[in-house]
Amino acid sequence: MRRLFAILLGLFLATSVLAVEPEEMLADAALEARAEALDRELRCVVCQSQSIAESNADLAREMRIVVRERLTAGDSDKEVLAYLVARYGDYVLLRPPMQANTLILWLFPAVTLIVSAAGAFIYLRRAPTPAPQPLTAEEAGALEALLAREIDKPELK
Amino acid sequence: MKNVFVLAPLAVFAAIAGAFAVGLTRDPSAIPSALIDRPLPEFDLPPIQGFQQGLASADLKGEVSLLNVFGSWCVSCHIEHPVLMQLAASGAVPIRGLNWKDKPGDGAAWLARLGNPYDRIGDDPEGRVIFDLGVTGAPETFVIDKEGRVRYKHTGPITPEVWEKTLRPLIEELRKA
Repeated sequence: MRRLFAILLGLFLATSVLAVEPEEMLADAALEARAEALDRELRCVVCQSQSIAESNADLAREMRIVVRERLTAGDSDKEVLAYLVARYGDYVLLRPPMQANTLILWLFPAVTLIVSAAGAFIYLRRAPTPAPQPLTAEEAGALEALLAREIDKPELK
Repeated sequence: MKNVFVLAPLAVFAAIAGAFAVGLTRDPSAIPSALIDRPLPEFDLPPIQGFQQGLASADLKGEVSLLNVFGSWCVSCHIEHPVLMQLAASGAVPIRGLNWKDKPGDGAAWLARLGNPYDRIGDDPEGRVIFDLGVTGAPETFVIDKEGRVRYKHTGPITPEVWEKTLRPLIEELRKA
């Protein structure tokens, strides 16, 4: 069981291994760490929903090299992202920026939550469950008789 | 009044399903170019082996033209090539070529075999200009206006249909401007 768990864990980890090749990496560990963080923010534009950190497509490799070139040239993280957005558009960012044409995207979950919570609140307040009425003496008697009969049945003992 | 609330989830579902249905009809590989209506990035590329003229961004000013990205390694370019040859033969529009990631001589050999529809070709073996243009694959074609601005990008091969329905009307409109 434990071995199976270890194998499964290994399989899950295997999918998140970085695609960056040793010869692409920068000698400066701090710069390389920034480059890898940026790689995860950037979409491989020829893949479907994969970052350039995960993709081994040619274009992803070239984009990783450009990220490292810009960082080595002294660009800030923001400047590197802006450099790529100027060429590939906002599409290259895996995390879409909040701006006029993405407002729906960002606000929709919050608006949906608020609207459904308000709906639920109004619904629950409008239809209070009626308080249970106590049984009449007649009903109580009938219930008593039923219960007595059930208990007397031998096969249920 | 109550009926309205009963129908509300159905209406919300219909709206979301409608949005997804529209999304499914779109081609996810067609990425809008960030360069539309902006001037071409500055570049000056050498000619490919055996040719005299290279290609600079300044060459793409003064008339409406096509800038076509190709490579001898690119299968879809092979499919597109006869259409470009026809356009060049009819003189419909000047076509400038960007030879992407070809080894020296490969691009020229490809053109010698299939014919050359380009009036100028720039050599970009490392894809530096390609990157500045935001190109994601070959073939890709930019429509450039008289001022040297990018007005349209077509991803994938130009088919006779693409030419008739999209590129030709656009080029005619840009010529009037």
